[in-house]
Order: sequence, then C-alpha cells, then structure tokens
Amino acid sequence: MPEKVTMLTVYKLLPQTNCGKCGEVSCMSFAAKLLDRKAAVEECKPLIEEASKYGKQHQQLVKLLAPPVREVVIGVGDRAVKVGGKEVMYRHELTYHNPTALAVDVSDKLEDSEIVERCRKVEEYQVTRMGMPLRLDMVAIRCASDNPERFAQAVALAAKNCSLPMILCSFNPEALRLAVEQKGVFDRRPLLYAATKDNWREVATLALQYKLPLAVFAPNNLPLLKSLSRTLQAMGLRELVLDPGTYTEGHLLGETFNNFTMIRRAAIEQEDEELGYPLLAAPLTVWMAGENPGDPQALAFKEAYMASLFLVRFSDILILHALEPWTLLPLVSLRQNIYTDPRKPVAIEPGLREVGKPDRLSPVFVTTNFALTAYTVLGDLESAGISGYVLVIDTEGLAVEVSVAGGQFTSARVKQVVESSGIEKKVEHRKLILPGKAARLRGDVEDDTHWEVMVGPQDSSQIKDFLSKSWQVPEARPPEGRKT
Amino acid sequence: MGEDSEVQILGRKLHELLEKLGEIEIEGVEITAEELTLIFQPTLTAAVRPPVEAAAPKPEAVTQLMEASFTPPIHQYQGQVVEVQLGATKAEGGSRGKVLKVGGEKYPPLYGFEGLNPHRPVFAIDIFDMPLTLAKPVRQHYEDVMDDPGEWAKKCVEEFGADMVDLNLVSTDPGLKDASPREATKVVEEVLQAVDVPLMIGGSGNKQKDPLVLEAAAEAAHGERCIINGAMLDIDYKRVAEAVKKHGHVVLSFTSMDINNQKKLNRLLLDEGLTPEQIVMDPTTAALGYGLEYTFSFMERMRQAALKGDPELQMPLVGPVSNAWGAREAWLKIEDWGPREVRGPLWEVVTATTLLSAGCDIFLMSHPAALLVMKQLVECFWGERKAEQNIENWITALG
Repeated sequence: MPEKVTMLTVYKLLPQTNCGKCGEVSCMSFAAKLLDRKAAVEECKPLIEEASKYGKQHQQLVKLLAPPVREVVIGVGDRAVKVGGKEVMYRHELTYHNPTALAVDVSDKLEDSEIVERCRKVEEYQVTRMGMPLRLDMVAIRCASDNPERFAQAVALAAKNCSLPMILCSFNPEALRLAVEQKGVFDRRPLLYAATKDNWREVATLALQYKLPLAVFAPNNLPLLKSLSRTLQAMGLRELVLDPGTYTEGHLLGETFNNFTMIRRAAIEQEDEELGYPLLAAPLTVWMAGENPGDPQALAFKEAYMASLFLVRFSDILILHALEPWTLLPLVSLRQNIYTDPRKPVAIEPGLREVGKPDRLSPVFVTTNFALTAYTVLGDLESAGISGYVLVIDTEGLAVEVSVAGGQFTSARVKQVVESSGIEKKVEHRKLILPGKAARLRGDVEDDTHWEVMVGPQDSSQIKDFLSKSWQVPEARPPEGRKT
Repeated sequence: MGEDSEVQILGRKLHELLEKLGEIEIEGVEITAEELTLIFQPTLTAAVRPPVEAAAPKPEAVTQLMEASFTPPIHQYQGQVVEVQLGATKAEGGSRGKVLKVGGEKYPPLYGFEGLNPHRPVFAIDIFDMPLTLAKPVRQHYEDVMDDPGEWAKKCVEEFGADMVDLNLVSTDPGLKDASPREATKVVEEVLQAVDVPLMIGGSGNKQKDPLVLEAAAEAAHGERCIINGAMLDIDYKRVAEAVKKHGHVVLSFTSMDINNQKKLNRLLLDEGLTPEQIVMDPTTAALGYGLEYTFSFMERMRQAALKGDPELQMPLVGPVSNAWGAREAWLKIEDWGPREVRGPLWEVVTATTLLSAGCDIFLMSHPAALLVMKQLVECFWGERKAEQNIENWITALG
C-alpha cells in the first residue's frame, strides 16, 4: 500500500502565511480540506500567483494529491464528462468521485433518421430524483458496417445533432481517422475506441495528432493491457481509458470481474501508473450471446443487471444498448446511490413544509427527513393539486419503513415537530396523517401528541384517493372576526 | 538472523547514497561481479532509468509493443467468516432432507483472483401465514397458494428453486389477526412438513409480542436449525436467544445501520451462551434508490472487519432484498417507467447484485424470476457454468 499523505505533509507545501484568501482561517485547515478533496490546490491564490516563489511547491503538491486513477475528460462544454479520478477502492474510505458515465451505442447501420432520433433520445433522457436530474452521458457510435465512409457519415451526423460527448468505436484505424477528420468532430474531444495489439500504432498516432483521449482494448489479457498502456505512455499519451473486455457468460463473468478488481487494486494500492486509468465496461456484449437471441426483453434485463455489477465494481464508463425506461431507471438510481458522498447524510431539515395554499382546515401529513421520501411526498401532493402541511420529522435521514423498524421514527420525534413547528396555531383541527408504513405507531403518536391519528396510504402517490375517501373537512368554528 | 555481511552493509550505504544523489560512481571497491549483480542491480537500474514523466516522448521512436507482465495483487487475511449450518438432518436431530452451509469466507466477495470462497450465497423466498397485500408482479406468482402456507412453501422450493423458505408469522400482529403464538406454531409445523429445506421464521414486527411468538415457533421447530428472526437491541432478545439455544436454532441479529450496535448485539447474544455458529447478521437492507448505499457500505465494512479478524463481525450476512418492492419504482403503474412486470423484478435483482458485491450470504427474495437470475449469477461467479464467449469483434458483431 502507498504511504498515506498526511495533513502535515500537505501543510508544509503550502505558503503557511494563513493569508485567508482561500476562505479558510489557516493553511492547516486548508490542508485538511485538500486532503478531504473538498478544496482544489488552485484555490490557494499565492501558490498560483507567486509562481517564482512557490512554483516548485505547487508542482509537488499537485503530484502529491493527484488521484491514483487519472481523471480523463471526454467532450467539451456543459455536457463534457469527467471519468476516473478515483482515490479509493471502497466508497466508505472517502467517497467515489466522478459518477460512472453511461453511454448508449448507436450503430452506423441504422438509417440516418434513426441515428438522429436515437442520439436525441439519449441526449434528452432525464429523470429527477431527490431534486437532482439524472441523465445519460454519451453516445457510442459503432462502426458496425465496417465501412469507413459510412462510419464517418454517421459520426458527422451524430456530431451535428447531439451535444453529448461521443465514443468513436472501431478497430479499423482508417475508419477512426476518417471520422475524426469530419467537420466538428475532433474539437468535440471524442474518446477513440480502441487501440488493440494490432492497430495501436496508427490509432495512437491519431490520438496524439488530435490530442484525443484513447481507449485501450485487451480482452481478458492483463499483461497485454499493461503492455499497451506502457507503450502508449512511452509515445506520450496520458489520457487513456482501459477496457479489459466485458464477458458476461459463465465463468468468464468471474474472470472479467477479477480483471476490473485487480486493475483497480494495482492502481490504488500499488500505484501502478500503467493501470491508473478509468475503466470501461461494455455490458452490451450480452446482445451478442446466444442464450436468448429472440427475446429482446430478456437481453435488456440481463444487460441491466450486468451493468449494475460493473457500476458498483469500479467501472467509470458503461456502454449500453437498451434504451428502455425500465432498464435505465434502476441504473441511474444505483449510480446516484453509490456516488452519494457517505460523509453527508441524504437528509433535509426537519420541520414544517407547506404545499399549495394551505388554510386552517388543510390536512397535516407526517413524513421522514430522508431526502427522497420527503421530496416524493411533497412532489406527489403538488402534482395532485393538494394544499396541505407536511411535518418532516428527524429520522436521521432514513426512509419510513427502515426508520420505523430501527427506532428513528418514534412518537416522541413526531411530538417534537408538532410542538416546535407551530402547526397547532396554523390549523384548527387536530388530525395527523401518518404514512401507511408507520401504521403501527398510531397509538403511541395519539398518546404522545393528543392529536387524532389517521393512517395514510402505503405510498404517497395514493394520497389523493385516500383524501377523497377518508378526509372530511374537519368541522371547526371559524375564529372570531374571520371573514368568509 | 546472523550478522549482516559486509556486502549487505555496503549495499545499504550505497542505497542511501543513491537515494540522496540519484546516481553514484563506484570507486576503489573490491568486490566480485557476481555479488554486485545479485545485490545492487535493482537499485542501480532504477537510478539509471529516467522517470517516464521526464522523458520527452518521441512517438515515432516507439516501433514495437513494450512487453509487460502482470502480477495479481493478492492480500493476506487474518480472519475468516464463521461457517453456519442451516437446517438439520434426521441424524442431527431435525428432519431436513437438505441442509445448507453459509459463510466460511476467507476472501472478499467476488475476489476470485485471491481464492474461491467455500460456500455460495443462498436464496430464500418470503412467505406469510396469511394472505396479505403484495405488489401485483409478485402476487400473481403466489395467488393460488396464499391461503395455504404449506403449498406456498412447496411452490417456492419445487417450482421456483428456492434454497430456503422464509416464513413470516404476520397473523400474530395485534393490528391484523392477533393470532396467538400457539396458533402460529401450527403453520410452522405445516411448512416443516411440506418442504425439506431449511426455514427461517420471523414474527410480525411487533416488538412486545414477537419474542413470545418466536419462542413458541422455536419450540415447534425443535432441532431443525432454523434461522429465528430475530434478536434486536430493543426487544426481549434474551427470551429469543434462550429459545434458540434450547431448541438448536440460529438467530438473526438485526440492527439498524449501525456497526457499533451490531457488534454490541452480537456480543450480548454470545454472552447469552449462543455460539458464533448460531448467529447471522442483518444490518438492515434498504431498497435500491432508498438508501441502498448505506446497506452496501455497512455490509462491505463489516466483511472487511471480519477478514481483518474482528470476531464480533465474523458472522454471515443476511439481506432481505424483498424490501426492493417497497420502492414505488418496483411496482407503481406508470407508463413512463416501462412495464412493471419486468421493472419490478429488475429492481429486486439490482438491489441483490449490489449486496452480492458487498458480501451478503443469505438473500431473502420475492419474485421467482429475480431468484432465478441471482442463482444463475452465483453459479457463474463460482465457476460452475462454463461458457465460451468471443467478444473481440463486438463492434461489428452487434449489427
């Protein structure tokens, strides 16, 4: 294992003047932030501005803090993708940086109009979870035709109609060159895929000429992968992506998994610079296998769970084929989960939230402060056009079911929010609606809060139905002087 | 160890100098060439070879592929996960035709290059002692047997290939049927009769009543080495532990996403006289999209601690991935999300694959297709399904 960089080592390379220009009170606290990857070296102004004085220290610091897995940028502009930059093997050791980029393949055998349509579909895909838009990142144009001219046309078409970064896939150097030299292609920084034992010299020359990131393909052969990486480094290439081959069948799946794990361990723990690059997995290879040739749904299913395995185990880029909402939803959700910073709870502030224009007779809902639960409930109320109050209780960022079982969702905590939120003054009735999954707390909450408790539906999407069946506008006397 | 030879001492000094100066001239040293080769070559080579970064690249000069070798990065592990047997045969005091062994891991999950772990993960299907609301894609597979827990169990084993059955005595819930512990045990007996695989038995989740229900269930399944679900810090775990001990079962040690609590509860269970071979752990399984990353990291950390030698975390891991069906993405009918008949099982499978990578040993599942996929995956990882696959031409072969 490499030696751990200490705060002191970092501190010694800083100006040690405590000038405060970085926003920290001292160079020591800035050092701590650097170590935690919560600040960038460039935020230390003197280090950059006084190059004659600190130039050498700056370089040393950058080198010291460089992640063992190099960060590679593909594409330009808003949708440019950063991959790699990984610091750790396990997310609990720090956090995983740069979420796995999801690419969808586009065959050059499709009609022009189909190419444009597919590219747009990839570009426009979006779902929102926890207030975050989740999207696809790249298109992988495949030279399926084996015809350089056709490939170049398809790439030009994609470049013109889609702003996403591209992966140009061909083992034929001629096809890659022709594609790169189309108008508006090389300056979009596509990833060239791929250098192999047969074509490496020509493909590497192309990558050098146009300063493009380059993928290396050596299926199930790590000595070859390393040998290619070493050779390409010697030619001056530093923006590489490694593809050790994605086998999805039988014992070969285990071997593929081994390859990914060994490469990442060699990079992070042994600082093997030849393997310290982002990893690419192509689970779309399931579509080649003969197991369910006639059943696209079964193959899409398989591709998705294969992708989930590689997403969790070290892949920085995934190339997929299925463009189905039901296969993409679990993958973008898993990616969001795994790339959440474990140092921060996924929670929102407990307290009172208002939806729509609630009045003194509006319903009062109770939910947890797990961000996803809370956002979902608020979103469902809003889209159903319901005005009401939501009491968000502190369940330590856990969802309803889990926090009821684990004892974070308790009547005491409901009581706490009821009292601190001022809800008693906002409504005239005394009715709380608990989530269906917290039904068993009903009695306790009634005892503790002295509010009547209604048990809501299992899922907040059913709140509208629930209200129309069970919610009668509570009878209450209008307060004195209230105008109607 | 003997005294260092002169050559070794000289070697160290040279090494120090080399580190300081980067290079060195050797003058006036009498030494044989053979010794020099043996001892100094690695250092000298390193000093002579210019660092890769500093060399100005001359791409045209690179005409041949540079050879490289790769040595798998292997670790040594001090600890090992405890091997736990589920189910007991007639000879062992039970009546199971099939028993399972889980745990015993010596290597991290799916690190096949370090070694193959001795036992494959196993897969149970959840059943209940009364019909209850299940998501439609799940319910449709069990609708015909939900009135009969014995038939339900049989279908899971014979038709869907479950390694185990996870029986939940939900009818004891005071909010449902409020069945007595005694009534509930009848179902335990029925299911034991119906199938010969190991069982896991749980209550209704009622913290006051569950210890009583489980005590009765443990007695009804005396000697069968079931997993009794379970012990928690805030229930009468002593009663549960006592029943597990008395009737020869395994206890599920359940905590809520807190490693220290998990260690504490395991320790308390050991203090009650249970052996490590009688404990399995569930640190709480959240669904994909609903905190799965917590479960993933807790399991990963717990397994790492086990391999480092922490005896309080060396028990096999249980993952109730059926919880995936609590996520609306699994079952809600929304056209924009695609057909729930495939979306639901995929949600469950992805929850399961994620925990497989984290080291989960016992999976509690719902959808038969999800179970089948997981069983096949595990066979792949354990090298039991040989395959040929050529992907070298994937760019063109996909059409």
